[in-house]
Amino acid sequence: MAVQAAALQDAPGRRPVDRRRSSTPRILAKLAITALVLLAFCIASLIIGARSVGIGTMIDAVTAFDPTNGEHAVVLSRVPRTIVGLLVGAALATAGAALQGVARNPLADPGILGINAGASLAVVVGIYLFGLSSASGYIWFAFAGAGAAALAVYAVASLGREGATPVKLALAGAALAAGLASLTNAVLVSSQETLDAFRFWQVGTLSGRGWDVIGVVAPFLLAGLVLTLATGKVLNSLALGDDVARSLGQNVGLARAMTALGVVILCGAATAAAGPIAFVGLVIPHMVRLVVGADYRWILPFSALLGPVLLLGADIIGRVILPPGEVQVGIMTAVVGAPVFIWLVRRRNMAQL
Amino acid sequence: MPRSSPDRGAGLGAIRARRRRTTATRLGAVAGVVVVLFAVNVLLGTYTVTIPDFLRILGGADIPGASFIVLENKLPRAVIGLLIGVAFGMSGAVFQTMLRNPLASPDIIGISYGASASAVAAIVLFGAAGTAVSLSALIGAVVVAAAIYLISRRGGVAGYRLILVGIGFAAVMHALVSFLITRTDLRTASEAVLWLNGSLNSSNWDRATVLVAALVVLLPAAVILSRSLQGLELGDDAAAGLGVRVEASRLGLLFTGVALAAFATAAAGPVASIAFLSGPIARRLLDHRPSLGMAGLVGAVIVLGADFAAANVLPGTSLPVGVVTGALGAPFLLWLLATANRRGQGG
Repeated sequence: MAVQAAALQDAPGRRPVDRRRSSTPRILAKLAITALVLLAFCIASLIIGARSVGIGTMIDAVTAFDPTNGEHAVVLSRVPRTIVGLLVGAALATAGAALQGVARNPLADPGILGINAGASLAVVVGIYLFGLSSASGYIWFAFAGAGAAALAVYAVASLGREGATPVKLALAGAALAAGLASLTNAVLVSSQETLDAFRFWQVGTLSGRGWDVIGVVAPFLLAGLVLTLATGKVLNSLALGDDVARSLGQNVGLARAMTALGVVILCGAATAAAGPIAFVGLVIPHMVRLVVGADYRWILPFSALLGPVLLLGADIIGRVILPPGEVQVGIMTAVVGAPVFIWLVRRRNMAQL
Repeated sequence: MPRSSPDRGAGLGAIRARRRRTTATRLGAVAGVVVVLFAVNVLLGTYTVTIPDFLRILGGADIPGASFIVLENKLPRAVIGLLIGVAFGMSGAVFQTMLRNPLASPDIIGISYGASASAVAAIVLFGAAGTAVSLSALIGAVVVAAAIYLISRRGGVAGYRLILVGIGFAAVMHALVSFLITRTDLRTASEAVLWLNGSLNSSNWDRATVLVAALVVLLPAAVILSRSLQGLELGDDAAAGLGVRVEASRLGLLFTGVALAAFATAAAGPVASIAFLSGPIARRLLDHRPSLGMAGLVGAVIVLGADFAAANVLPGTSLPVGVVTGALGAPFLLWLLATANRRGQGG
């Protein structure tokens, strides 16, 4: 498309200084502040809810837990949920940043690209055919579905001369998601039991996830995070274009494959733990770029810290916004994230990264 | 876009005449298939009616059992199937041609999702059924389409921006539907999922009448507007150079396309893939020339064929038609994406 080609061509002139804008000590200071913000959100996630407790009670519950104290029990019950929020938020935001880097595409997000839809269909098939009923059972199906969908979308979108442009990638993802959703619906229409299990998984939520879920997904999420955080340098050279990256001695194919592997592990495990959650992976990296510029060595760790901030924040709002019930975190992130997506699309040079 | 360039030596007039003839022949052939499928849907299936009986029923004879099944069940169902096929097919072709992208059909750029969210909200929050659900689907589609149009406007609508804003809306509407489905009891949830699949099971003459009335207005409008469509397909600048009022005709086409999809969705739910599939198939049948009429006929073939399969393939069960079109649609979709991108038309 002509507009995007023009936008891509004038891209090098636009932000030449971003990459070296901030010196390392300043960025480290920003990283420390971000970590403190995250800590504040973790504390808020422990104390706010249908039954809020004071911050002193929370500290008591952590330091000197008293099993007979009801408020301590409330705090304890919010610990796994907060940990899941931490892990899943970090995973989704880091995966989104890496995906945007590897696809050189500002709109890349596990939800938009149909990766969640792939995981959903696989989980539905798992529930329907094998009667799965727990996250530890879902996880392998979610992995397989996420991986297959990611491969399919990227393969299809990168056909043709210009490679995977933002519009092609987004359309391929949306089209695949639509096709997968109708297959998912076909299963749901023929089995009420599957629908009953699936409808609560599909919405994306942190509640009701216990230590067993954390035990299953945490190793994958941590491995995926390590793998993906290590790709910062690679993504920086990929951002210059395949030819330049190759001339810098980069094995482009291997670099893509490693990053994609990390993304699929993160998305698959996060989706298995919390259900499909869209827009975290889209919104956070863009916010991070406003703070630290275009250097992926910083974008990735900042995303890993800010992703949980968004997810826990959305979860906290969802707990109190519609009493007596809760609004699931997947809904809240969509409500918060979609305006950001549309804002990105409306910017003139949305094709550049 | 590959187009056969006419050989000037042979005379343009003769070539045009021949091309018109082949177009007419192929349109006639597909229309014939539609008629055959319509007859198959009415006459065959779990309850079979002979042609003489059918003609006698139409003539007013009352055959116990058969009259009721044909007049109150099979005929309205086939009529609605035919009409939503035409409406979805034309709506999809309008969007695909106008936005110059074979993937930009209303079920992907958020308009069908708007109808779905609104209808599911009516089912779940207000316990609506029948006409109320149709009405809220109609309103939802129009409101979401208007929002997409207004938001993607920025000194004129760029096609790709409309598509991407629509995809953003689709994601939000999808989240809303998921949320509503967790907020209700299992019975209502299955009702909503059934509606989301798109089904002709609750067809009746009331719905058929509304649909006929809408199409009587919308089909001629689409045909008139389609003249500017050929200009728009060359790109906005070229179209303006040819004297097409780009923004006005785009708005008109957008409105017609949305209304076609909205009325069809109101009648039968968001039946998957038809809007998406019809346009590209129609183009292949006509050597890559766009034709709204052909797209409409192809849509009708898909719906009537899929409904017959859905009702009769598995004995004892009647699947919603959307399950069959969705299952057909997914592989076709991937193939279409691949070929469109390889030719460089995918955006």
